[in-house]
Amino acid sequence: MGRYLIRRMLFFVLVLFVVSVVTFIIFVKLPSVDPAIRAAGRHPSPRLLATIRHKFGLDRPLYVQYWNFAKGLIPLPGLFLNKEVYFSYQNHVPVSEDIYSRLPVTITLTVGAAIIWLLIGIPIGVVSAIKPRTAIDRAGMIFALFGVSAPVFWLALLALYIFWFKLGIAPSSGIPPGESIWVSILKGRFVLPWFTLALSTAAFYSRMVRGNLMEAMSEDYIRTARAKGLSERRVIFKHGLRSALTPVVTMFGMDVAFLLGGAVVTETVFQLPGIGQYAWTAITVNDFPPIMGVTVLGALFIVVANLLVDIVYAFLDPRVRYA
Amino acid sequence: MAQTSATEQAVQPASTAPPGGEAPQQIVGRSPWDIFWGRFRQDKFAIGGLVFIAFLIVLALVAPLISKYVVHHGPNQLFVFTELNEFGLPKGPNGHFWFGADTSGRDLFVQVLYGARTSLIVAFLATGMAMVIGVIMGVVAGFYRGKIDTFVSRLIDVVLSLPVLLLALGLVSACGLQNKGCLGGLIRPGLLLVSMVIGLFSWPYIARIVRGQVLSLREKEFVEAARAMGAGDGTIMLREILPNIVAPIIVYTTLIIPSNVIFEATLSFLGIGVPASTPSWGRQLSDASNAFSYAWWTMVFPGLFLFGTTLAFNLVGDGLRDAFDPRGFVRTYKQKEKRKSRRKEARVAPEAAS
Repeated sequence: MGRYLIRRMLFFVLVLFVVSVVTFIIFVKLPSVDPAIRAAGRHPSPRLLATIRHKFGLDRPLYVQYWNFAKGLIPLPGLFLNKEVYFSYQNHVPVSEDIYSRLPVTITLTVGAAIIWLLIGIPIGVVSAIKPRTAIDRAGMIFALFGVSAPVFWLALLALYIFWFKLGIAPSSGIPPGESIWVSILKGRFVLPWFTLALSTAAFYSRMVRGNLMEAMSEDYIRTARAKGLSERRVIFKHGLRSALTPVVTMFGMDVAFLLGGAVVTETVFQLPGIGQYAWTAITVNDFPPIMGVTVLGALFIVVANLLVDIVYAFLDPRVRYA
Repeated sequence: MAQTSATEQAVQPASTAPPGGEAPQQIVGRSPWDIFWGRFRQDKFAIGGLVFIAFLIVLALVAPLISKYVVHHGPNQLFVFTELNEFGLPKGPNGHFWFGADTSGRDLFVQVLYGARTSLIVAFLATGMAMVIGVIMGVVAGFYRGKIDTFVSRLIDVVLSLPVLLLALGLVSACGLQNKGCLGGLIRPGLLLVSMVIGLFSWPYIARIVRGQVLSLREKEFVEAARAMGAGDGTIMLREILPNIVAPIIVYTTLIIPSNVIFEATLSFLGIGVPASTPSWGRQLSDASNAFSYAWWTMVFPGLFLFGTTLAFNLVGDGLRDAFDPRGFVRTYKQKEKRKSRRKEARVAPEAAS
């Protein structure tokens, strides 16, 4: 276990390094616009430009620029997203402030959607697997196929059209500024985003659970369990589902982590002020410190989720031992 | 044929042997492709998907002809006076504009037709790129193992840990928002840029599958035999291993097409995909997001086509997977036998009763 953890930590560092280099190249080196010109307003004097460049650190050598950014990605208090480097070139607000104020929205969106997709996806998968080739199985799999194929933003538009515009039972998109997150939840502002975001993942999970469970139910140990006289329910839930759900745990961890790094599309369609929308707005105006911040935060979530998933795996699957 | 995998070889004699063992007819061995086609043909959903894709490809190919000879206008032609009403709002589907007008007074039907081109071109280019990179990476990693495998596997892990959408958005916007392009004009905005970015992020899925297959194939006897006959590494990879992993490559390539279609639409929906002059379903839906309350058709038609495309590719992908899966074959074969014997019983029963 010790050696395994050390390997994981090295991988952790590697991912952060790669992400920081890739983001630095993509967002700082590739764009052909000078962020100073954008920040300086119309008809800037050369001196103003030079001052802004100096303030942004753009006049220093490339490796110094990179190192300044990379320092801010080390997840230690005081260093992480330090405010001298990580501030928006648009309004000079520190990135960390913006991220922390928007994180609750993203977390609410992700957690709610995750609960929904588990509650929809797993039961459908289980029922389909234990009653294969029946009407209920076919209905479940047709749902799954549709869910996997429908793009989130289209579903979002359809949902808004039907439930908000036609039926008037759902609130419109967006959160009024100043409204607390709990009030928004109570007012049902998250219901449509939750469901649209959850649907495709739920569909994906139900297909996966069905396949895994069907495979597990044909294993020898299931026959043994039946032979020793266990009730069918016990056989399915205790013996079958346990091995069928382990891959789902991996998927779940990764999916949640990906969304915590910003559900860009959902947040944009429903105009939710989360960090995905924040990053997207920053991208459209080439404001790279916020993008760097969000991207690396997203990578951080993914790597941590990866680690957690592996640890949970060892508990769920007795065959897994990390050496 | 080199494509024969071990399992299918084992199954083949059972399927070709006549059940009754009557007259010694000429037994024609079925190639794996015959078996595959015979099973794929029976999957009505997959065939339906295939038909839809073929239809879509034809539409995309003849889009310029339709726009020129049938509706007599191009995708970006504006009809501000005829197809927008006195408030500047678009008119709905009518005899002239079959899918209605979009918010700027363009013919949505022609827009959607041309959108099919964009969608398919990007999906095929991106997936093709992902397939080439994925197969090369996977074969090399699985074949050489050791340090090369570790490197490729870590690379896969790293790419899968990247916040793909954000990086893709950044990459496309960095190279695409200004007409100059990036890397000194080497990469210019357009379909190719979008395809490259999508391909760059979707190869690990294929590489992983291929690597796993190659790891087990390289230990097989036929590889040993080839080596004994003096074949080099390149020959073994190309002539011995590659033909044996054609099936999984086809299946997983087909299965990433729909996600790449959605990927392109997502980039365009967020306003950072293909250039504004290129019609794209994602961009049309993005326009519709401000207009759906008074012009439902702007949301429905591009969305239906996008959805239909991903659905069709998913259906075909699932069908291919089932048809290539040797275990699935045994199951259907047994079922057929069961059905046959049941039919026989049914035929016998009335006679016995009379």
